[in-house]
Amino acid sequence: MNLRGIGILVVLGLATLAFWISAPSTQNDGVRIGFVTTLTTGTGVIGADMRDAFELALDQMGRTMGGLSVWISYEDDAVDPNIGRQATERLVQRDDVHFVSGFIWSNVLLASYQAATDNDVFLIGANAGPSQLAGEACNRNFFSTSWQNDQTTMAMGEVLNDQVSNVYVMAPNYAAGRNMIAGMERTFQGQIIGKTLTQFPDQLDFAAELANIRAAAPEAVWVFYPGNFGTQFFQQYSQAGLLGEIPLYSTFSIDALNLPQIGDLVEGTQMTQSWSPDMDNPANQKFVADFRAKYGRYPSFYAAQAYDAAMLIRSAVEAVDGDLDDLDGLRQALARADFDSVRGSFSFGKNHFPIQDFFLREVMRDSDGVFTTRIVDVVYSDHVDPYAKDCTMQQ
Amino acid sequence: MTLVLEQALNGVQLGVLLFLLAAGLTLVFGIMNFVNLAHGSLYMIGAYFAATFIPWSGSFIVGAVLALAAAAAVGMALEILIFRRLYHRDHMDQVLATFGLILFFNELVLMVWGPAGMSIAVPSWLAGQVTIIPGVPYSAYRLAVLLAGLAAAAFLYVLVSRTRTGMRIRAGASDRQMAEALGVDIRLLFTGIAGLGAALAALAGLLAAPLRSVHAGMGEDILVLAFVIVVIGGIGSIRGAFVAALGVGLIDTVGRAFLPRALDAIFSDSIADAVAPALSTTLIYLTMVVVLAIRPRGLFPAPGV
Repeated sequence: MNLRGIGILVVLGLATLAFWISAPSTQNDGVRIGFVTTLTTGTGVIGADMRDAFELALDQMGRTMGGLSVWISYEDDAVDPNIGRQATERLVQRDDVHFVSGFIWSNVLLASYQAATDNDVFLIGANAGPSQLAGEACNRNFFSTSWQNDQTTMAMGEVLNDQVSNVYVMAPNYAAGRNMIAGMERTFQGQIIGKTLTQFPDQLDFAAELANIRAAAPEAVWVFYPGNFGTQFFQQYSQAGLLGEIPLYSTFSIDALNLPQIGDLVEGTQMTQSWSPDMDNPANQKFVADFRAKYGRYPSFYAAQAYDAAMLIRSAVEAVDGDLDDLDGLRQALARADFDSVRGSFSFGKNHFPIQDFFLREVMRDSDGVFTTRIVDVVYSDHVDPYAKDCTMQQ
Repeated sequence: MTLVLEQALNGVQLGVLLFLLAAGLTLVFGIMNFVNLAHGSLYMIGAYFAATFIPWSGSFIVGAVLALAAAAAVGMALEILIFRRLYHRDHMDQVLATFGLILFFNELVLMVWGPAGMSIAVPSWLAGQVTIIPGVPYSAYRLAVLLAGLAAAAFLYVLVSRTRTGMRIRAGASDRQMAEALGVDIRLLFTGIAGLGAALAALAGLLAAPLRSVHAGMGEDILVLAFVIVVIGGIGSIRGAFVAALGVGLIDTVGRAFLPRALDAIFSDSIADAVAPALSTTLIYLTMVVVLAIRPRGLFPAPGV
């Protein structure tokens, strides 16, 4: 046998070995959870934050739920619906998971959820809240620990009503970006004098759009640019000399992950959100304190929602006494949302999206000079998303 | 009117950035007849090197120069270790091998620099605005990118058409065997060109980094545009790449800036909302189709760089 032949054999052998090692052991009877999020690309830092929060929750539980050990696998979606779908299929079919959680991006979630829900695997969305899943395509096996996309910008529209008579809106052109703008159009009563949808996820350079904003001279600008998109947007807004000229409002664009980089630029900036690190309830105080102690930074809202997802899953597993074959029991237990959310009050509407409060937050420095956010006002109490009325769920 | 001028400036700024990337690609393709898909990886490597060296040295300029030198060294090493073995193979083999390099480099930066990505801050002396169009403050950093790109283009022009090295490059491009017979050391020349191409890609990467952030895979998005420019300009032609890059930069920017408004005027709101982003994305490719229909070999067909 020649050298090349031996080489090929070695590679094939190693590949088989790697597959054998990575394949799950079938003896494990515990709770099996898959977590699909973004761990690479420029937004990989968000996925890492969600993973850190989920790990914190598991550690607090002693990595058991209802007496069962927990097996977990974190998968990368690379902000790509195809890759997210493949990861979900792999978790459901190869790894035999009982729950899939995570999902930052609405387009990835929309492409992936049926791979879980059609196989009676519960999907606990921990960020994305596309309108379809809240309305006509609502699903008995889907639950969200975040919000429906429209809601947070509906709250922002209410805030802007008190402050300006026109606004220029800008968001990336994908499912969530379009939902967010729809939310703004629902509640903002002034004039939307400019609307720009940018390419997603490739576009990070906003030179042309910023020039248009200057020319339009709006009273305020509102944007939705999550993660490093937000970092780039705020920096370029400043470089273009618009900061301080035109007030800037945002949703889901400033978080604990990019505040260290852009805090100076956005101090005092206002945003709407259903959670804030300063929320005054025991579950949240414990979460924020433990997260900061373990990782040395503030948790982001992504982290808070992932933490709630872990707690929700545990509440259901405990409710059925670890009988994971009792799907109806698990489903009913999930729908009760019987856990201490970091948001305080938390319950599911009939479409399995949370009914919750929305707050106005602003960027400030804490007593150590670290940038964070605090709540300045309550915009909505017990808010139900606008698509819930279209949901007729088959139980 | 000032808005049109400002958007034109934005378009030229994007154009020169794309030119830096396309110039290396067209040099390697035109002279060495080698398809290098990994050119985008060198763009990424340049940005990562800069994101490492700039904080380390404490100076944007020093860090940038170090990053360029390091990226050129990577480019030359690639030529000596890998490209050299592929010149006599057909283009599909070259595509396959350099596609493998893309995967290799993406994994490498994840292992070395981690998945989170990095950022390069705009140097404080360029963080402000300058007024070159009356009444319109323009980002000093973007202007600096524009000037740096034009300087690099001028340097390339002088190098290729006014120096002895440039003469050898042109000779190697039009007839490799004859140039070799006349005593030109083609191996050394090709290594040098690979290094130059890598440095240009790295310059594009580090100049773009403060505007686009630094992450694994950042090269792939922009490499497609660079290939479009090479094809529109005429494969192997630096002049063609320059004209095509400015054209693509302008069309992309103007399309993003004015197309939605133009469509708004023609169609209903909801149709314009749906069509405008898609159309402004495809505008560049439509341009390529039109150019190739009229001039199948590009605007400035090589040989003769």
